[in-house]
Amino acid sequence: MLYREAGDFHTSYKDDSQTFPIKFDRYRYYAVLAVAFGVIPFIINDYWASAVFVPFLIYAIAAIGLNILTGYCGQVSLGTGGFMAVGAYACYKLMTGFPDVSIVIHVILSGGITAAVGVLFGLPSLRIKGFYLAVATLAAQFFLVWLFNKVPWFYNYSASGQINAPERSVLGVVVTGPNTEAWAKYMICLVFVVACAWIARNLTRGATGRRWMAIRDMDIAAEIIGVNPLGAKLSAFAVSSFFIGIAGALFFSVYLGAVEVGEAFGINKSFLVLFMIIIGGLGSIFGSFAGAAFMVLLPVLLKNVLVGGLGWATDLAAHLEFMIVGGLIVLFLIVEPHGLAQLWRLTKEKLRLWPFPH
Amino acid sequence: MKLKLATMALTGLMAAAPAMADLVFPSLSYRTGPYAAGGIPFADGYADYFTLLNERDGGIGGVMTNVIECETGYNTEKGVECYEATKGEGSLVYQPLSTGITYQLIPKVTADGIPLHTMGYGRTSAANGKVFSHVFNYPANYWDGASIAVNHLLDINGGDLSGKKIALVYHNSAYGKEPIRTLEELSAKHGYELTTIAVDHPGQEQKSQWLQIRRERPDYVLMWGWGVMNQVAIQEAANIRFPMENFIGVWWSGSENDVLPAGDGANGYKSLALHGTGSDYPIYADIQKYVVDAGKAAGAGDQIGSVLYSRGLYAAMLAAEAAKKAQEIHGTGDITPAMMRDGMEALEITAATLEGNGMPGFGPEFAVSCDNHGGPGLGMVQQWDATAKKWNIITDMIQSDKDVINALVVEDSEAFAAENNIEMRCN
Repeated sequence: MLYREAGDFHTSYKDDSQTFPIKFDRYRYYAVLAVAFGVIPFIINDYWASAVFVPFLIYAIAAIGLNILTGYCGQVSLGTGGFMAVGAYACYKLMTGFPDVSIVIHVILSGGITAAVGVLFGLPSLRIKGFYLAVATLAAQFFLVWLFNKVPWFYNYSASGQINAPERSVLGVVVTGPNTEAWAKYMICLVFVVACAWIARNLTRGATGRRWMAIRDMDIAAEIIGVNPLGAKLSAFAVSSFFIGIAGALFFSVYLGAVEVGEAFGINKSFLVLFMIIIGGLGSIFGSFAGAAFMVLLPVLLKNVLVGGLGWATDLAAHLEFMIVGGLIVLFLIVEPHGLAQLWRLTKEKLRLWPFPH
Repeated sequence: MKLKLATMALTGLMAAAPAMADLVFPSLSYRTGPYAAGGIPFADGYADYFTLLNERDGGIGGVMTNVIECETGYNTEKGVECYEATKGEGSLVYQPLSTGITYQLIPKVTADGIPLHTMGYGRTSAANGKVFSHVFNYPANYWDGASIAVNHLLDINGGDLSGKKIALVYHNSAYGKEPIRTLEELSAKHGYELTTIAVDHPGQEQKSQWLQIRRERPDYVLMWGWGVMNQVAIQEAANIRFPMENFIGVWWSGSENDVLPAGDGANGYKSLALHGTGSDYPIYADIQKYVVDAGKAAGAGDQIGSVLYSRGLYAAMLAAEAAKKAQEIHGTGDITPAMMRDGMEALEITAATLEGNGMPGFGPEFAVSCDNHGGPGLGMVQQWDATAKKWNIITDMIQSDKDVINALVVEDSEAFAAENNIEMRCN
């Protein structure tokens, strides 16, 4: 029906290996982009920006980052929160140190700094893997949070240890600080998300991505066929941390505007992003978006339905929300361990064969 | 007069959109999470006071009040979501009861023109109204708290603290770090030795910190804790047999939840008090009559009379008084957030106001002004009696060392103003 392949012929390798080989998929993608850039900025308000779109977009970047490391390269990481903190603090130091440089450059540089830190903490991955690596990255999480709390230089010696984003603009439009318009917040995050997803998609379907996947599937076999594990693992750590750093920088500067490291980048954040990629689907860019949407939107939706719609007590709704989200995570792991992306893939397969299943 | 206003309000109600008719006081509460033990009684007290006003007086100045609750779980991201969700409902004043959320909201409320009242917490230098136009933290702030604690120690040591050792056990967050600057300045002034000991969120694990205290044997321990951290600290202090009367918490470390788990071990523990404790005030009779007996008590209704419930009442009372003031200034019952801000800036709490609200002598008398949003900086000390299971106020109002604090407030707020290109007001 919708996913009909009849008449959709590919006559070259280039056509066949494009990101969206099915015409309908491709048009849907263009339609989503058109709505995201052409419609939403004009109808968005403060609530939708702050509660829904901006966190969704930023977590999507973080999920893409973690997905590259864990989903594509098979290196389990629990250090996402710590790496986001690196991005945030790097961005803060750059913003306050070089006020005349554009915030876009600062965000990208923060990604670069996080990449360097990520490589440093990725070094143990050459000797250990699986759960042991998870513990090593967990150490990164606790160490980085401790560091940013302990050393006053990182928060410019402020009395409270909080960092606050000063007002910065892109092309004359204010994008950080309290006077930011909802659409400006949304647009800067959207631009970064699209760029990150585009880079990530192209990296993962190229030679680099194949090396990561070879390491993920069986590292010894990969080494035998000529993949350098050092290069593959460290590049995965670098690229992954780069995206996570960008997410952290945007999280601090555009979304929250003021951050306290222990609260905003604690271990919970690492778990949250990990849940996103597990629910969304390991090794899938679409899965990163689906997982981020699931984890960001579901609690807000439940809250609005239970408290706003049904008028329940706030604590009852909050507890119920924990139970529902937790229950759904368990359900997903049992019913569809490959996540929302796999569900979507299956749906597509079914639709392509419809109405004549084998 | 009331009837006339009520009639006017009723006509207004019929004419205008129904959503705008109430005075909206949002409550960014937290009834879940590691700090719920502190969040629940405060939220109950806050909601019950407005219920009382509605039931007994027909609202404020004839306009009914409406408390919208939004659960934050003490989480800043959820706090931001709650703020954005409620600010469009005509919310008059935000009281988030969280330093983290306060820091998020300070720039946002200033941009949106909605006042923020952080009673006894939040950003201390917001006391400088010249810089922070929409943020209020009367009647006292953390730096006052630190100074009040030191002044109390001076009192019991005959005015001399030189050579004494004081340890500060603090929540390792913006909240806990606030008093350090002041304690350092005061240490230079009074000659005591200060050790700072951090406890990480949420504070269940404090063995090593108390081991350090046992080793260093400070004369006094001050504590800036909240939630589960308080109970653990008091239990640990009892375990190492630290003399409880030398252990003083800030006003957020002095509720029943904090001392009851330690049983008799907590006997003699002191904490600062922002306001009176106990349920011997006339307002509690009214709450029983109009709120509890009417079946309209917030939450489970089991917190009435506790320290933090009283604090919720106090916070709500100050908000309601400011709303009254705003109605008086602008001559209208349906006030906007901008009018509410004017009301808060012109707020005057006298003994008669407190008495009229059924809370005689409950808090200090004070007046807010354009350049002073921080109030007088008065506080008391209360002590826990484990046998009677009761907090007793043991001192009069203690004045904080304003010479030291004002200089720090001006320094910090002017740095903030320079960073954010804020023009000074009140000139």
